[in-house]
Amino acid sequence: MEKFTTIRSVAAPMPTINVDTDMIIPQQHLKTIKRTGLGKFAFSNLRYHADGSENEDFVLNKEPYRTAQILIAGDNFGCGSSREHAPWALTDFGLRVIIAPSFADIFFGNCFKNGLLPITLPQETVDKLMDDAGRGANAIMTVDLEKQEITGPDGGVVSFSIDPFRRHCLLNGLDDIGLTLEKADKISKFEETQKATQPWL
Amino acid sequence: MSDTASPRTLYDKIWDSHVVDQQDDGNCLIYIDRHIIHEVTSPQAFEGLRMTGRKLRRPSAMIAVPDHNVPTTSDRATRVDDPQSQIQLETLEANCKEFGVDYIPMLDARQGIVHIVGPEQGFTLPGTTIVCGDSHTSTHGAFGALAFGIGTSEVEHVMATQTLILRRSKNMRVDVSGELGFGVTAKDIALAIIGAIGTAGGTGHVIEYTGSAIRGLSMEGRMTLCNMAIEAGARAGMVAADEKTFAYLQGRPKAPKGNTYEQAVAHWKTLQTDEGAHFDKEVFLKAEDIAPQVTWGTSPQDVLAVTDVVPNPEDMDDGNRKAATERALKYMGLEAGTPLVEIPIQKVFIGSCTNARIEDIREAAVIAKGRQVADGVEALVVPGSGLVKAQAEEEGLDKILTAAGFDWREPGCSMCLAMNADKLQPQERCASTSNRNFEGRQGPGGRTHLMSPAMAAAAAVTGYITDVRPMMKEQG
Ligand code: SF4
Repeated sequence: MEKFTTIRSVAAPMPTINVDTDMIIPQQHLKTIKRTGLGKFAFSNLRYHADGSENEDFVLNKEPYRTAQILIAGDNFGCGSSREHAPWALTDFGLRVIIAPSFADIFFGNCFKNGLLPITLPQETVDKLMDDAGRGANAIMTVDLEKQEITGPDGGVVSFSIDPFRRHCLLNGLDDIGLTLEKADKISKFEETQKATQPWL
Repeated sequence: MSDTASPRTLYDKIWDSHVVDQQDDGNCLIYIDRHIIHEVTSPQAFEGLRMTGRKLRRPSAMIAVPDHNVPTTSDRATRVDDPQSQIQLETLEANCKEFGVDYIPMLDARQGIVHIVGPEQGFTLPGTTIVCGDSHTSTHGAFGALAFGIGTSEVEHVMATQTLILRRSKNMRVDVSGELGFGVTAKDIALAIIGAIGTAGGTGHVIEYTGSAIRGLSMEGRMTLCNMAIEAGARAGMVAADEKTFAYLQGRPKAPKGNTYEQAVAHWKTLQTDEGAHFDKEVFLKAEDIAPQVTWGTSPQDVLAVTDVVPNPEDMDDGNRKAATERALKYMGLEAGTPLVEIPIQKVFIGSCTNARIEDIREAAVIAKGRQVADGVEALVVPGSGLVKAQAEEEGLDKILTAAGFDWREPGCSMCLAMNADKLQPQERCASTSNRNFEGRQGPGGRTHLMSPAMAAAAAVTGYITDVRPMMKEQG
């Protein structure tokens, strides 16, 4: 996994609440057996008209947000299906940070496995960042994971906090399967005990 | 480990008994007893194993069954129209062969939707941790198991280590007391709960459903209820195991047998929330207050009693909610104030892991009997598994349904998420027994109204969203 350090980019506003993973990547694009190449399908039902042409009203089709790496989003972002195709599509599209008042649990976990940083902040703070993001080309923000700080376009700083273990893995681009395999002895011991006490498992 | 002397919830007990290791930062390594896979969320995990040269730690703890992509037409033995679907199906089979996973092929009598097959095979057991790369894994919580959906990276993690790195969730209790009214089902309870707490109401929590109305539900009903825990934002929902649970499991192919079964039941009986255990959040509902439910919008929380009218965004104070409602009404093509029972439908889908078990098909057949699907309506009944289908046919339900003009299909996810050929056309309106009414869920532009199987069958015969209760009275 790619290391996550600091991202400086324009931030795109998407205030819609309950953006579900069906919206992020519709089912017709789940037929792949690869993790890559899904960026062109991110938000596809919103991004394109039925004839395949671009919907110019959709925020990520507008300048300067086409190249945004930061998304300011509404409450309960990523609800619904567990599909990891959602973070695959978002990162392949170019996003690295999503800031919202809350995230659905499964999506939140999936982000960390893919170098995508979900940041939860109080509604008022997100509202403020949403306003900032509305300022187009001036909506440049910096997200520093090491310091756990967001610097807004006016230089104002917002702190956030990320689970230390997840932060560590993200900063170092670590594969957590490798880390868990170091505990193989403990897993074996657990299995032996369970086999003795619950032989039906 | 938490102090085992203080009263604990069912969730606490299952969690505590699966901790392999606890890190100082609060993250735990949790052992996973059961892992179910399907064709859509597993290929990249197998690919990851191959790329890193890792093996499956415990293939015997897995089963695999294709469901999302499979055609539901009777000619499916000979063709899968979409070559990409075909590749996913073939990839699952090849991966299971290569890694030694128990695989149920599409044409096997046991094939069906993962969350219907697991319990049916006795693979789902009380007190276990169960995962699948699918959010509706919460279904299995009906057996007093801790069951939840995971992403593909976690699928790979479980494959390689039989564990997951997790933080303990909070405890939430949803208590439904009293007796359900005539014509009101588990689906209506599930929708009413989401209406009450919202789609993020359970975020960060595991829900335990308690109360006399829950105890009164069959295993099928409890599965319907737990299935939709994820729609309330909770990763898992659970109902403590009882005699109904044990009776359901006895004799199932993968359930314990003989002495071991007795031993297992003795253990399962201990898996109850202790008197005085702490819940971080509690919600109380009265069964009598629940009428048949229907969704009007594009989130499962956009739900009302069938006797109600389409809401008006102008009545909403919260700006985000108002905007969401305006957007939903536009997408759904509905006017505020329209009585729900005046909304015409063109499609009916009775199926999905929420409502495609035998009890659901029976409910639909009761309404269909002696009636006809309305002109211009296309109605699909897709049993949740080959075994459900066979039982329904043994009971003659397929005859009742087809005589009424319903289409009787082969098992699979079908029009629940429209990955196969069964999908809505843009603007087509569907009465559906599935679990998600998201924009485009049943096909781009399609409009979904969630409801119970009996309500969906009623909509099929009238051509409108319909209160099923008077029809059931007529039926006697
Ligand atoms: S029936 Fe629908 S919700 Fe259930 S597993 Fe299949 S696609 Fe998912």
